[in-house]
Amino acid sequence: MVNIPMSAVSIGGRDLAVRRFAASDAFFRLLTRSAAYFVLTLLGGFLLTLVFGAWLALSTFGISFFTSQSWNPNPDILKFGALAPIYGTVVTSAVAMTLALPVGLGIAVFLTELCPLRLRRVIGTAIELLAGVPSIIYGMWGLFVLAPVLQNLENNYLAPAVSEIPILSTVFAGPSYGQGILTAGIILAIMVLPFIAAVSRDVFQTVPPVLKEAAFGLGATTREVVTRVVLPYSRVGVIGGAMLALGRALGETMAVTFVIGNDPKVRASLLAPGTTISSSIANEFAEAKEAMHSSALVALGLILFVITLIVLAAARLLLLRMNKQAGA
Amino acid sequence: MSISATSAPILPGIATNGAPIPHAAPAREKVKIEGLNFFYGQNQTLKDITLSLRENQVTAFIGPSGCGKSTLLRALNRIYELYPNQRAEGRVLLDGEDILDPKQDRNVLRARIGMVFQKPTPFPMSIYENIAFGVRLYENLPRAEMNDRVEHALRGAALWTEVKDKLHASGTSLSGGQQQRLCIARTVAVKPEVILFDEPCSALDPISTSRIEELIDELSSSYTIAIVTHNMQQAARVSEHTAFMYLGELVEFGDTQAIFTAPKNKQTEQYITGRFG
Amino acid sequence: MEPVAVRARALPARRKSANAVFQGLCYAATALGLTALCLILGSLLYNGVGGLSLRVFTEITPGPGSQGGLLNAIVGSLIMTVLGVAVGTPIGILAGTFMAEYGRYKRITPVVRFINDILLSAPSIIIGLFVYELVVVPMGGFSALAGGAALAIIVIPVVIRTTEDMLLLVPNQLREAAASIGAPRSVIIRSVCYKAAQAGIVTGVLLAVARVSGETAPLLFTALGNLNFSLRLTSPMASLPLTINQFASSAYPEWQSLAWTGALIITAAVLLLSIVARVLVSKRSSR
Repeated sequence: MVNIPMSAVSIGGRDLAVRRFAASDAFFRLLTRSAAYFVLTLLGGFLLTLVFGAWLALSTFGISFFTSQSWNPNPDILKFGALAPIYGTVVTSAVAMTLALPVGLGIAVFLTELCPLRLRRVIGTAIELLAGVPSIIYGMWGLFVLAPVLQNLENNYLAPAVSEIPILSTVFAGPSYGQGILTAGIILAIMVLPFIAAVSRDVFQTVPPVLKEAAFGLGATTREVVTRVVLPYSRVGVIGGAMLALGRALGETMAVTFVIGNDPKVRASLLAPGTTISSSIANEFAEAKEAMHSSALVALGLILFVITLIVLAAARLLLLRMNKQAGA
Repeated sequence: MSISATSAPILPGIATNGAPIPHAAPAREKVKIEGLNFFYGQNQTLKDITLSLRENQVTAFIGPSGCGKSTLLRALNRIYELYPNQRAEGRVLLDGEDILDPKQDRNVLRARIGMVFQKPTPFPMSIYENIAFGVRLYENLPRAEMNDRVEHALRGAALWTEVKDKLHASGTSLSGGQQQRLCIARTVAVKPEVILFDEPCSALDPISTSRIEELIDELSSSYTIAIVTHNMQQAARVSEHTAFMYLGELVEFGDTQAIFTAPKNKQTEQYITGRFG
Repeated sequence: MEPVAVRARALPARRKSANAVFQGLCYAATALGLTALCLILGSLLYNGVGGLSLRVFTEITPGPGSQGGLLNAIVGSLIMTVLGVAVGTPIGILAGTFMAEYGRYKRITPVVRFINDILLSAPSIIIGLFVYELVVVPMGGFSALAGGAALAIIVIPVVIRTTEDMLLLVPNQLREAAASIGAPRSVIIRSVCYKAAQAGIVTGVLLAVARVSGETAPLLFTALGNLNFSLRLTSPMASLPLTINQFASSAYPEWQSLAWTGALIITAAVLLLSIVARVLVSKRSSR
């Protein structure tokens, strides 16, 4: 086989190719870099637009925007305060996390320790499918199926049962219309449940098997291995996953709007209707006629964005730390 | 540097009657490495390397793990430039031109200096496309010529008879040894002048290994070859010149026969006899 | 001897029962989750199947109190989903390519990744607000374009994430092999990396489509919804989730029934897409 040195073959062809390559490299690099920077401008755009739109309301009401319960779009009054939506957002999310975290962790423990191997994929997939169901479906189901049931339970069993107990009688005071903070919290819990279960399961699977085997070898029961070895080891990841779920719950709109009752008031009872930031925006923004009304709604959006930003950023940082620890 | 024809045992390039065949005449220097230093960040991994690769001959690089032999090879086709924090200083002359000069186009350089890696890496394409891919980069060939080129390359890699009926099968459907020969075929298809082999057989079984060694021997009549290997017997089998490296330095460089029977350096002798590494 | 034996027996019993309770709770938790899934899917089927008929796919949404279908809503959903995916996917793939290839060792990439993860989980109603200010206000009205823009903003982070993850999985040796025969960076990426990662990237796009098809909040004040049939991109457009939203919260039983049917259709579509995406992933990993 005779070797023809490349220099004898068309130099012209090669030079052309070199120039073509340099151009296409430069172009492609520019294109991809612009796309990446676009993501940064997107976030910046969010913040700018929200601040811009909220300025009217925030500058007019100042601090009272965060402490007042008034919500009056009447053109003659136009007084707005975010206390009720903020309260509703925080409390529904708190209820959701309180319910979903233990159940989600329980499912994760089941999937990693107790479930027979053949069923693991099936059940895991089923749980993940729950996560894919659109949120409006949860809202509908909550409105038509869960709310009436809960109304019945709350009015006929729960409220009477706790009517004598000091704190509980206020927290669970009737009457209940089915739609309220507790119902919204339960729906949110079902929504974030698959997420917590999936993330926790993934985190549990990073625990080195030798660690668990060592504990089992000492005669520890499953409960002891999980609570004394697996959970402490994966603590950071579980917390990170929980915070991501919290971020999701805080921002959820459609599931909540159907069942929260849409009453901009802060009430002590969980059975009473209320409102959240996202449901206020969802219900009122399209028809808001007054500039102040729209601005107040955008201000609500800004507050929500900042809250979720903080929660999500903290969660990502925690998860970053966990990945570093797992890799070490 | 002439080789004693009477007392020395058989070398590649020396006929049985002792007369040197053309291969044995000192070939010209195809690649001249002058004072090459290499840095991974602050770490210096190659120290002042100077040697030459002779045209159409095989030069082997041996040494314990981490001695820098792969680093040296990867400096020759500037493949290290894919990563940050790696840089080379010094000169590497290909036919007299310094290829480390930033003005040299590294893509063209890599078409002239090809590389075969330790792990066979066929592209996620058909066997035909694996080979045509490289050719298409720099040449615009009509269908018939491309078919010829592909066949030529596959024959050159001793793979043609095995794959000629399944050129459109995926490259990954071949066995390990076949995949490596496919990688050699695609390197050869772009008509390089130098071929670098970085431990080409370490992931292969002994039968595939000996086939590749035969291939290297055939290829050396048309290409300048450098091969990094941790297998000393392999180095002795395929190469005319051998370089022994240790901790980033070139300890000894010379005729393969001399290195393996009468090394000048104590360290070389210790490595060859298995005292370390 | 007695006290020791009693102690030795007592401890395990306590631990044993604690363990049994614990395990029981975990089983119960899983049963709870699966029950919720069954209840939800069950009531979807129960309430929605009855309304399934050819009319649903051929007639447009009816006025209050009359019979009709969901044609304009389905068509509108398709149009805006296609818009959103068509705009968001190229941007997402390109950005993900930068992060995994050209920008892999640059300091800006971890920042972009971080911000992208935040955008990924941002409340979608905020995205609606943003697009309202950016598109609806200058245009003077609600439109399908605005709806498509909102959906595109939801698609982008999803596609970026999967593209970057899939490209990072492509072994560096493959890139070196292509570089070593003289291929420039852009050719390596296009001809080798994309080909190697294509199953994963397609999966990412499918997941984005599934996510976006069920979104309601970002469309509330961008596309607004439309009870008539419209293909005009500059006018308000109906979508299935929007229609479900309007009909479910109304007082008309015909509308409510259509809402259930629409909910069934959407859920079936989303689940189907997720399953296809899953199958693609497992086919790739088994090869």
